[in-house]
Amino acid sequence: MSAAAQVLSQFQATGVETCFHDRHIEPQIYAGLDGKNWSLKDYEARGGYQALRKILGKDGGEGLTQDQVIATVKESGLRGRGGAGFPTGLKWSFMPRQFPGQKYLACNSDEGEPGTCKDRDILMYNPHIVIEGMIIGGYAMGINVGYNYIHGEIFQVYERFEAALEEARAAGYLGDNILGSNFSFQLHAHHGFGAYICGEETALLESLEGKKGQPRFKPPFPASFGLYGKPTTINNTETFAAVPWIIRNGGAAYLACGKPNNGGTKIFSVSGDVERPGNYEIPLGTPFATLLELAGGVRKGRQLKAVIPGGSSSPVLPASIIMECTMDYDSIAKAGSMLGSGAVIVMDDSRCMVESLKRLSYFYMHESCGQCTPCREGTGWLWRLVDRIHRGDGRASDMDVLDNVAANIMGRTICALGDAAAMPVRAMLKHYRHEFAAMIRTPNPQGAGSA
Amino acid sequence: MITEATKARFAREVAKYPAEQKQSAVMACLAIVQQEQGYVSQESEAEIAAYLGMPEIAVHEVTTFYNMYNQQPVGKYKLNVCTNLPCLLRDGGKALEHLEHKLGIAAGETTQDGMFTLQQCECLGACADAPVMLVNDRNMCSFMSTDKLDQLVEGLRAAEGQA
Repeated sequence: MSAAAQVLSQFQATGVETCFHDRHIEPQIYAGLDGKNWSLKDYEARGGYQALRKILGKDGGEGLTQDQVIATVKESGLRGRGGAGFPTGLKWSFMPRQFPGQKYLACNSDEGEPGTCKDRDILMYNPHIVIEGMIIGGYAMGINVGYNYIHGEIFQVYERFEAALEEARAAGYLGDNILGSNFSFQLHAHHGFGAYICGEETALLESLEGKKGQPRFKPPFPASFGLYGKPTTINNTETFAAVPWIIRNGGAAYLACGKPNNGGTKIFSVSGDVERPGNYEIPLGTPFATLLELAGGVRKGRQLKAVIPGGSSSPVLPASIIMECTMDYDSIAKAGSMLGSGAVIVMDDSRCMVESLKRLSYFYMHESCGQCTPCREGTGWLWRLVDRIHRGDGRASDMDVLDNVAANIMGRTICALGDAAAMPVRAMLKHYRHEFAAMIRTPNPQGAGSA
Repeated sequence: MITEATKARFAREVAKYPAEQKQSAVMACLAIVQQEQGYVSQESEAEIAAYLGMPEIAVHEVTTFYNMYNQQPVGKYKLNVCTNLPCLLRDGGKALEHLEHKLGIAAGETTQDGMFTLQQCECLGACADAPVMLVNDRNMCSFMSTDKLDQLVEGLRAAEGQA
C-alpha cells in the first residue's frame, strides 16, 4: 500500500458505529455481522445459500417451483425497500416468465437518497445475502442474467461486491448449472458515477446501457420493456437481502415478525441530531420512540423538533406526530408522509427549517436531469425562492408562490424527482409556515410585485 | 494515450455485457481513465468511443452527465465534502469551511501546488458517518471532525514529501 493509501485507510469506516452496535431488534440481514465475516465461508456458516439449496432441491428436499417461490414471497408481505413499498411477490409475478428471449434482473444499489446508507452496510458486510437473493429471484422469474447497479460514490463497496461475486462463482453458486441443477445465472456489478437520478429505475436502466441517466416514460414498464428493451425486474438491495430468510423460514414467519401488510424487518438509517447515528434493523411496526431510543435519543440537551421519516423526498413530520407513529408503511402514510427508503433524518429544536429546506431544494435543482421543463425550471425556482427568504430578501407573496410552483411541478414530470422536490417544500410550509413568515421582512414597496 | 494494460481493464468491464452492448461499459472505462490520468480528456473520450464502437458525442454525454467525472485536470487529491442535509446537521458545512481555511482556497478551487482540489458534493450515501468526504472518487472518509481533516491533509502532504 502506498503511503497516501495508508493515510486514507485510517479514515475508512469500520461499521462499528453504524452496523455492529448490537442495537438491532431481531435482525435478519445484519444478524451476526462483525465486519470481518463477510466472505462466503462465513456466510455459509450463518446458514447462507441454504435457501438456494432448498429451492433447487439440493438440501435433500424436492425443491420449489417458480410458482412456489413467488407464492412464498407474496405470503411474506415483503414490500420494496427502495422507497415505493410495492409488494415484491406481485412485482415478480408481473415478469412474463414464458417470454422466449433474454430477460434481465437488476438490483438497485444506487443508494443516494439523502439520509439513506443501509445498502452500503449490507453490501460491504454481508454481500452474499444480496447475491443469494438475486439468484433466487432469477430462478423464480426464469431470468439468467443480472446486474447490481452500485452507487458510484461507494467504490470500496463495489470492489467488495465484485470480490464476493468471484467467491460465489468459484463455489458454483453462480454460473452455469448452479449446484448441478439445470438453472444457470450470471451476475455482474456495475457502478454509477454520481447521479442521484439513476436511483429511479428506468434512469438506472438507461445508465446500465451506457447512456445519460434520464428516466423513461412508463408505460411500457420494465417488466415488458426494460434493459436493452427486454423484460426486466428491478428490486432494491435490501429487498433481495430479505429473500433468503423468507425462503428458509417461510412467508408466514416473515409476515409474523412485522405487522399485517408490513412483513418482516426493515433497516432504518438514522442520521442528524441523535447521539448514535447509524443503521438499525427492527421489525416493521416498531414504535418510532423505540427507534429513537436505539439511536441514543436526541442530541444531549435538545428536544425533538421534526423528523423526515423516509429520506429527503418524504414530507417532514413534527415531533408531536412522529412520536405517535410506528415505523411501517401504513402508519407513516397515515401520518401524511412516506416510509420511503427508511432514512430517518432527525432534527432538534435548534434547527431552522428554512435553512434545512434550502439545502434540500439546492440538491433537487442540482440533480434534476433536465428532461422535463417543470422539474428542470421548477426546482431552480424553488431553490431561488427559499434562498431569497433565507437571505432576508423574501417578499410577502413568496410563500404562496413557493406552494404554487411546487404544486405545478407535481404530477407533471416523467419521473418522481419532480414530486420528490415538491413534497418537502409543501410539507415544510404546511407545518412550519411561521418560520418562513418570520424571515420575510416587512414588504418593501419597490420589491413588491411579481416574483 | 490508452495503454494495453488499460485496455485489459476495459476488456474486463466489456465482458460483463452482451457482445452487442459494449456501450454499457462506458461508465467503467471513463472511471478507469480518470483513475489513471486524473481526468477525462477529449482524446480519452475519442479512444474510448473507438474502443467501444460508439459515437464520441455519446461518450461526452456520459462524461458531462455524471457528477464525478473530471472534465478538467484536478489536484492530485480531489476532496469532495458532502454538505447535504444529513451531513449539514452534523457539521458537514463546517468541514468544508475548515478545509477552505486550511488549504487557503474556496470550494471548487485547486491549491497552487496542485496538491488538493476541494469540492462540495451531494449525498455520498454514508449519512450516518457524517461528516463524510470522498477522496479521489474511491476512498470514503468517515466521521471527519476538524482534527481528522487536519490529520488527513497533513498525512497526505507528508506522504507526498511536503511535510
